[in-house]
Amino acid sequence: MKARAPVTASFLGDQLGPRGRRRVRAASVVSILAIVAILVVAANRLGDKGQFADNLWRPLRQWSVLNFLLSGLVLTLKAAAVAMVIAMAIGIVMALGRLAKNRPIRWVSGAYVEFFRAMPLILLILFCWLGLRQQGLDISPFQALVLGLSVYNGAVLGEIFRAGVLSLDRGQSEAASALGLGYWQSMRAVILPQAARRMAPAIVSQLVTLLKDTSLGYVINVDDALRRARDTGTFYGNHLQAFALMALCYILINLALSRLANYLEVRQQRRLGAQRIDVGGVEDLAVVGAQASVQA
Amino acid sequence: MDVVLDNLDDYLEAMRTTAILTVVSFAVAMAIGVVIATFRVSPVPPLRLAGTVWVEALRNTPLAVLFLLFFFGLPKVGILYSPLVSSLIILSMYTSTYVAETVRAGINSVSRGQAEAARSLGLTFVQVLAGIVMPQALRTVVAPLGSVLIALIKNSGIASTIAVMDLTGLARALGDSTAQPVATFAGAAVGYLILALPAGWGVGVLERRVAIKR
Repeated sequence: MKARAPVTASFLGDQLGPRGRRRVRAASVVSILAIVAILVVAANRLGDKGQFADNLWRPLRQWSVLNFLLSGLVLTLKAAAVAMVIAMAIGIVMALGRLAKNRPIRWVSGAYVEFFRAMPLILLILFCWLGLRQQGLDISPFQALVLGLSVYNGAVLGEIFRAGVLSLDRGQSEAASALGLGYWQSMRAVILPQAARRMAPAIVSQLVTLLKDTSLGYVINVDDALRRARDTGTFYGNHLQAFALMALCYILINLALSRLANYLEVRQQRRLGAQRIDVGGVEDLAVVGAQASVQA
Repeated sequence: MDVVLDNLDDYLEAMRTTAILTVVSFAVAMAIGVVIATFRVSPVPPLRLAGTVWVEALRNTPLAVLFLLFFFGLPKVGILYSPLVSSLIILSMYTSTYVAETVRAGINSVSRGQAEAARSLGLTFVQVLAGIVMPQALRTVVAPLGSVLIALIKNSGIASTIAVMDLTGLARALGDSTAQPVATFAGAAVGYLILALPAGWGVGVLERRVAIKR
């Protein structure tokens, strides 16, 4: 297998000559100056408006406030975890449904996947909260959030699993049936484990999306990290600082998960050779798919 | 369903708002995204770093956090825009990271010989990129960019959290005032489908038209 250049590598493979090196150095100096200038202007602006004042940052160092925010973050993570588990279950059912021989089953699961994948998640979450309550269902904001996330991500994961199953060589299922395994046996023991392993990078990257989307619970008053950051901001008058801290938390968690997805992707390619993950309509997967197809 | 038909004008207006959010943000995001992708493949280290920070910071922050940070936080430093303009700015910035990553993947897909040949003809970095590599790169990533566009249509619904009257915002407001949220949300769902389906077809047509036959 040919060694692949990492995606971050510059496509200009040639060694720079003395003049090229001088130019790059000049460009580096200019761009560093420009970046520093932007940062200085931004910092000045923040300083002028007193946003570095200690009374705005101090609350974020107090344990009581941090504890308040962190327990919100725990609720966020809990919602994401529960939704991910349910969505995986829905996803497997939908993938099997779309791959079934029975036409009505194929049609129903196809309609489910296509419909919910096309809906804005915020609309689904608001519907689960306002719509279902209006229909007399006693549902808590947390449950409505988890329901909306599960229904939506179930559709997305269904497509991911289906792509995984379709990416397997047909010989796998043929060999399984030649050994006398039935449909369910071969699915359980041969097809799904391989498909899941193959799609692991896409699944983790969808988990990043799901975790980000959990913050939408904010619009239906789930007492999550974001709502608590806003409450803190309102109480101490430090919205900017509280939201910045929240953003930092999300960035760190998601970077860690993205690292995991990349690691799985690289391991996957080393073992199986690159393959394209073709799942449309989902931004994070679009990027994964584009990179995978490029590396193939 | 009467609620939707009675307020059809409002729905059309809301669809227009959603369409504006999508189209304008996507155009701006394409422009920023191509520049950031250029930064990330450039031989200048500080620009590469700036591109990486832009992408990773924005892409890993939930859109809802960005909206709140922008809408509640920035007025404190005297930066204040209307909800619609704020939404356009945030959606453009957020989407630009996905455009940048997709375009970068496209740039890396262009075979090295192309850049090498261009270099040996004496073209500069910018000439190589703008004249030779980028046109080919953009053609290969039409489908993934289409996914980004469709995701943007859906993401634009989050603008309703800062009181933009798009489809989601309207469904919510009408649901409150008429106490028929099921019908008003169904109406919004139809509106989104009307916007997303043609977008998907359009991307498919474009993809077939610009595909490079090798």
